[in-house]
Amino acid sequence: MLRYLVKRVLQSVVTLIVISIVTFLLFFVAPASPARIMCGKNCDANTIASVEHRLGIDQPITTQYVNYMKGIFVGRTYGEGDFARRCPAPCLGYSFRSDEPVTDTLKRTVPVTISIVAGAAVVWLLIGISLGMVSALRRGTLFDKVAMGSALTFASMQVYFLGLIFLLIFVYSTKIMNFPRWVPPTENPAAWFKSMILPWITLGLLNSAIYARLSRAQMLETLSEDYVRTARAKGLPKRRVYLKHALRAALTPMVTIAGLDIGAALGGTVITETVFNLQGLGRTAVDSAVIWNMPVVMATVLLAAFFIVVMNVLVDMLYAVIDPRVRLS
Amino acid sequence: MSETLASVIPAARKAPDREPLLKVEGLTKHFPVRSGLFGARAKVQAVDGIDFEVRPGETLGLVGESGCGKTTTGRMLVRLLEPTSGRIIFEGRDIAHLRRAQMRHLRQDMQIIFQDPYASLNPRHTVGRIVAMPLQVNHINPPGGVKKRVRELLELVGLNPEHYNRYPHEFSGGQRQRIGVARALALRPKLIVADEPVSALDVSIQAQVVNLLRDLQRELDLAFVFIAHDLAVVRHFCQRIAVMYLGKIVELGDRETIYERPAHPYTRALLSAVPDVTKLGASGRIRLEGDVPTPLNPPSGCRFRTRCWKAQEICATTEPPLDPKPNGSIAACHFPETGGLR
Amino acid sequence: MSERDVRVGDTASRLGSGAGADGAYLQVRDLTVRFETEDGVVKAVTDMSFEVDRGKTLGIVGESGSGKSVTSLAILGLHNPKRTHTSGEILVGGRNIVGMDDEEIRRLRGRDMAMIFQDPLSSLHPFFKVGKQISEAYLIHHKSASGREAAKHAVDMLGRVGIPQPARRAEQYPHEFSGGMRQRAMIAMALVNDPDLLIADEPTTALDVTVQAQILDLLEDLQREFNSAIILITHDLGVVSQVADDVLVMYAGRAVERGTVEQVMRHPQHPYTWGLLASVPSLHGDAEADLVPIKGNPPSLINLPAGCSFHPRCRYADRNGRLSFEVVPELREADEVGHSAACHLSQADRTRLYEEDIASAGVAL
Repeated sequence: MLRYLVKRVLQSVVTLIVISIVTFLLFFVAPASPARIMCGKNCDANTIASVEHRLGIDQPITTQYVNYMKGIFVGRTYGEGDFARRCPAPCLGYSFRSDEPVTDTLKRTVPVTISIVAGAAVVWLLIGISLGMVSALRRGTLFDKVAMGSALTFASMQVYFLGLIFLLIFVYSTKIMNFPRWVPPTENPAAWFKSMILPWITLGLLNSAIYARLSRAQMLETLSEDYVRTARAKGLPKRRVYLKHALRAALTPMVTIAGLDIGAALGGTVITETVFNLQGLGRTAVDSAVIWNMPVVMATVLLAAFFIVVMNVLVDMLYAVIDPRVRLS
Repeated sequence: MSETLASVIPAARKAPDREPLLKVEGLTKHFPVRSGLFGARAKVQAVDGIDFEVRPGETLGLVGESGCGKTTTGRMLVRLLEPTSGRIIFEGRDIAHLRRAQMRHLRQDMQIIFQDPYASLNPRHTVGRIVAMPLQVNHINPPGGVKKRVRELLELVGLNPEHYNRYPHEFSGGQRQRIGVARALALRPKLIVADEPVSALDVSIQAQVVNLLRDLQRELDLAFVFIAHDLAVVRHFCQRIAVMYLGKIVELGDRETIYERPAHPYTRALLSAVPDVTKLGASGRIRLEGDVPTPLNPPSGCRFRTRCWKAQEICATTEPPLDPKPNGSIAACHFPETGGLR
Repeated sequence: MSERDVRVGDTASRLGSGAGADGAYLQVRDLTVRFETEDGVVKAVTDMSFEVDRGKTLGIVGESGSGKSVTSLAILGLHNPKRTHTSGEILVGGRNIVGMDDEEIRRLRGRDMAMIFQDPLSSLHPFFKVGKQISEAYLIHHKSASGREAAKHAVDMLGRVGIPQPARRAEQYPHEFSGGMRQRAMIAMALVNDPDLLIADEPTTALDVTVQAQILDLLEDLQREFNSAIILITHDLGVVSQVADDVLVMYAGRAVERGTVEQVMRHPQHPYTWGLLASVPSLHGDAEADLVPIKGNPPSLINLPAGCSFHPRCRYADRNGRLSFEVVPELREADEVGHSAACHLSQADRTRLYEEDIASAGVAL
């Protein structure tokens, strides 16, 4: 078990390093030189060279990469003299455009995205899986048909459509809610919760449709397993057969899907953030890309990859907890 | 049957000298397994140095319980698996390490039939296409065309040639196995490796397929390596039988010797465990204790000793050689049994 | 099906917990099971009647699709009532399972009647420890028992089915067991509540012969100890010959022959039974002789042949004019008391045909 975990963690560290190298290379060969962009309109070769020197991008790529990696762990200083900008660890680059370490930008935006995704995930897992399970148990009934029909309807919608409709209904028409405005949960948890409800429901409902269909299929498959028949032959009550024997096995594959979905969503829920005017990770990445704020873009790309890899490891650990065959192999 | 045979197989190949068609020497397959991250490499000794021969037109049975290596052996013979070491001499040529390109000719002479007739047939291909496939892959254009040959083959295995355009799912289990046999016969092989060809079939159907294979074997002078766990089926099909246990051949002999007066205690235990319709009740059975040990770490000396009621000290220290025993078979046992079974 | 059902087992040997039962512990009368499917109605079981008493083993023999597994699931009440139509009577210790309330059947399941299945690996839950799965079966029927008591029972049962170091094994998962050990664990689970009826559906088909022999021995030993009635469902005539007291041969959802093992295996009365016996390869007799297969394939249960379902495959179907093609033969007493067959052939014909065609054809009986 321990050996398995160590192995998985090591593997993901290697994956992260590979991703960081590839990302770094991509940005290195990008057509736009950050120095050229920063330098503005009246700019000569000398200025560009000096800016490049300050940014450290006149050095060979390997040196740059090592410096970047070092920055993450011990921090670094960009530029010299008057231009020197301290970028404390974990330093993911310094944005001269917004004149702050990228880490500071992320510190503002990541909690927004995490808030959206965490809440939405709770919504979609709860609604999706319970709908799917009940539909599976009542296969062929009206409930099943209605649930699966609405699942299909929701699944075919888009965030910008459903989100706008919710805004129209709850904010503009009935004025039950205010337009979402980001409040950090540490500051005012109640306000945070209120501001997050609409994004959660929007993103959650959309995803729950997919989860309902998946978990229904999964549950039906599990119910036809031999060990479910054994559980019934033992004389266990239906509820126990479903909740203890079938549910756990049916949920196992859902863990993988949920892990990957959540990981991907953490990398940025651009549309949700845009619809509800929340400055999250995804929206920041898009905004930064538009104005060639490359250090921020690169950091978000790395962070998104990091989330996915971490979620993957978490999924594997969960798997090991759920399924003894994984644990003991 | 013989009418169609004449057109499919030009002349029965009657080798006058009956030199071995297939000769296996020291055939070994070890599967490496890694335990853990830095764990030591262990190896599953699936097949561990076996020797046997098959003469043209002869049927050799490979029997044993799961994990004895019989399936692995069969797959190595047709080179679906790469042997770890040893020689497979087919018609005088060592084919154990031939490269893929060189295998093509070999595939014509040696074919395999699998246990699950359904899984081994492409569900999206018609029966005609399935049976024609080996011909097309090998660019063989038989006189009268591929289609004519396929129809002949279908008829040969007792299927209606009119079913040429049907799909595998339209056939019953026994018929599917016949399709598999027809496909194997398409290239007029000299040797067929049959891996549990009838064990997925119902008894009444099983008899049909066993009879078909027997007819084909006699009429076409085919050699068979027949892999099965069912000793009664093997008895009806095979002239010689090799009994395997944990990757080794423990006894090899002709049918009469193996079934009437086997030398190896394992062979006796195996035979006595078979529930037979001719015997009511369970009296007089040899009870073997426990399970087959893991091939990852087989017992020292004689591999059967942990379950053998005759085991002595020498069995743990010295591996018994596979040599001729008084009963007429060759067996690997320090204390061979003598006398008949009943 | 009005003839007196042949009693299996001995009334005097019954012990008295049968809740007012009159007769054998399990009595099945005119059991008929139908499934509704998109392709039509599957006539899985038709007019089956049989009995099993405590301490006796009934072997139900048949090929795939003969209805033998459907019968066993019906006894346990495991069919989905929405898609299944069951009629007739299944009396377990005097209580009729057919039409019984779900909750009532559930309380009988696992306590009065238990089942073991063909594939012990897929039949045990992969995520739960073996000991837990057994103690769960105990706890559900012993509400007052503590977890510790149940766990102790589980370990005891594992020991009784011949699993070495049962306490340690109880803490392991099914995939850590070998095939034979898994089936032993399944048996332990089935017997933990000391059921009066045990249904074993192809319990050794997935196992090697030497392990099969161990499991069959174990079942016999345990039967002696627990005095349960056992139904052994199998396609393997050899297994039946070895462990059954009585045999029921099924074809296309019907019982075609029934009698003691001696009667059915030694003096078979139905041409289908003859066919089965002649097509089974044996360890004795003439190895060079061809097996005698039954021609053709089993019929579709949606589209059963008219008359005797076996007539398209029967060598003797035309001996009675149109009878076999039009009239379903009833299960009638044949050569001896307790031995019945569903066949239109006259007793004299059957005796003669068997001697001439079957017994002499190399089948070593």
